[in-house]
Amino acid sequence: MSSTILRPHISLRNLNVYYGHLQVLKNITLDIPDRQITVIIGPSGCGKTTLLKSLNRLLDSVEGVRIEGKVLVDGEDIYSPGIEVTRIRKKMGLLSQRPQVLPMSIYDNVAYGPRIHGLKNKKELDRLVERYLRIAGLWDEVKDRLFEPASRLSLGQQQRLCLARGLAVEPEIILGDEPTSALDPQSSQNVEKCLLSLKSQYTVLLVTHILRQARRIADYIVFLYLGEIVEHGPAEEVLNYPRDPRTRAYLSGEIS
Amino acid sequence: MKWRFLEEKIFQALMIGATGLTALILLLILGTIVVKGIGALNLEMIFRLPRGGYYLGQEGGILNAIVGSLQLAGGATILAFFLSLPVVFYINYFARRKSFGPTLIRFSLDVLWGVPSIVYGAFGFLLMTWFGWQASLLLGIITLALLELPIMSRAMDEVLRPVPAELLEASFSLGATRLETAWKVVLRQAMPGIITAILIAFGRAIGDAASVLLTAGYTDNLTTSLFQPVASLPLAIFFQLATPYPEVQKRAYAAAIILTLIILLISFISRRISRHYARHLVF
Repeated sequence: MSSTILRPHISLRNLNVYYGHLQVLKNITLDIPDRQITVIIGPSGCGKTTLLKSLNRLLDSVEGVRIEGKVLVDGEDIYSPGIEVTRIRKKMGLLSQRPQVLPMSIYDNVAYGPRIHGLKNKKELDRLVERYLRIAGLWDEVKDRLFEPASRLSLGQQQRLCLARGLAVEPEIILGDEPTSALDPQSSQNVEKCLLSLKSQYTVLLVTHILRQARRIADYIVFLYLGEIVEHGPAEEVLNYPRDPRTRAYLSGEIS
Repeated sequence: MKWRFLEEKIFQALMIGATGLTALILLLILGTIVVKGIGALNLEMIFRLPRGGYYLGQEGGILNAIVGSLQLAGGATILAFFLSLPVVFYINYFARRKSFGPTLIRFSLDVLWGVPSIVYGAFGFLLMTWFGWQASLLLGIITLALLELPIMSRAMDEVLRPVPAELLEASFSLGATRLETAWKVVLRQAMPGIITAILIAFGRAIGDAASVLLTAGYTDNLTTSLFQPVASLPLAIFFQLATPYPEVQKRAYAAAIILTLIILLISFISRRISRHYARHLVF
């Protein structure tokens, strides 16, 4: 098995990120494969979330952040001037650590994205809402209370609603920032199941600090340590035959 | 050791005392108005205009002042809202957080908040003489809107600040612009607080006499144009109290009851609206 990727969807080239004087990401060069689940592992504070947020340009709205290097999505540099940030973000659905539902009904949460991108037709919206709630495995649980506040759902349901909401803008990429860390085991399993079923159509990029989760769902693994990529490659290679001593130490639980 | 418990007791007594005193003062004020005014309060007062001899104790009502006050305060609140919203959106979501702009704006608004309303009235009056206008509904609305602006925008600012960054990011990540996020997500989340902000500003405007005294004028008729003078309840109270006739002075207290009832009614309605929005809050 080779670690070169035939069709990268996202390519990072010499990405450096600084918070003030602190360098958080160091010279990251990485290709993220299309239609697979790529999992970024590493101890907390190693820059995993920063890496994820640099992809949908949520990072550059943070004050005091400086970004150098290139991030190519479908071959297009998303940091080049004149790029429309909203168009880049529309390509990527984001699942955050704690589900953040919007202060509106379940229906409106899913319809929010399509609506801001110009969809007004009620029938079409109804169809989209049902479709993506089904994909997220939430439809049967909420179909009778679509117009109730989303905040009344359980956390696990809220996270799947966030997934449906993200999918409704028809992205190509799903970014997950430890999306199961606030959830109970059953809900985590539901979210993992969703992600596995989605990888045939989407590029999934997940940050996690749960190694067992990485083993369960990863196709491709990136090990990040102190802002640097130590090792990356197909999951079974990295997880079973790590080359770098630091990867071995992390996998065996010596550094965490 | 014992001192700690004594301290606790003393402070508790202070708290109860101060709270009681506040309630008592409110009751005294309301009591005075009701006792003095209830005798003069009748439907004629609410539904009729003052005829010639009203201020001499003859028949008539203060419909002109009731409608005028609603026109003034309503117009000013709408105008102040559309001035405040861009200001608070700017300092919260468009300007860089720690930059000079927002700090300066917040400081200016706090200073403006402390300016006495007669100064706003004088400012309106100056505008009037400079441009050769006459006292009118429009000028009254503008002056009151200036009075409301710092109150409303600082109150809105305080409710927008605690809206968490993660909620904004959730909206941004769906491809929403900052304006869409502020308008469709933040505003909903902050709606109960925003309604309170509007209510406080409205209450301040409808009860203010000094700023309309010089700018809005007074009339015994209903005002149908922005360029005519307009009556207002605070001035109606002032004029009636200033007459030497006890029966007319009683009517001043009755007018104060009406003013208080209007504020109660508006606050009741806005509570209902904000409860409707509170259903959807996300934390």
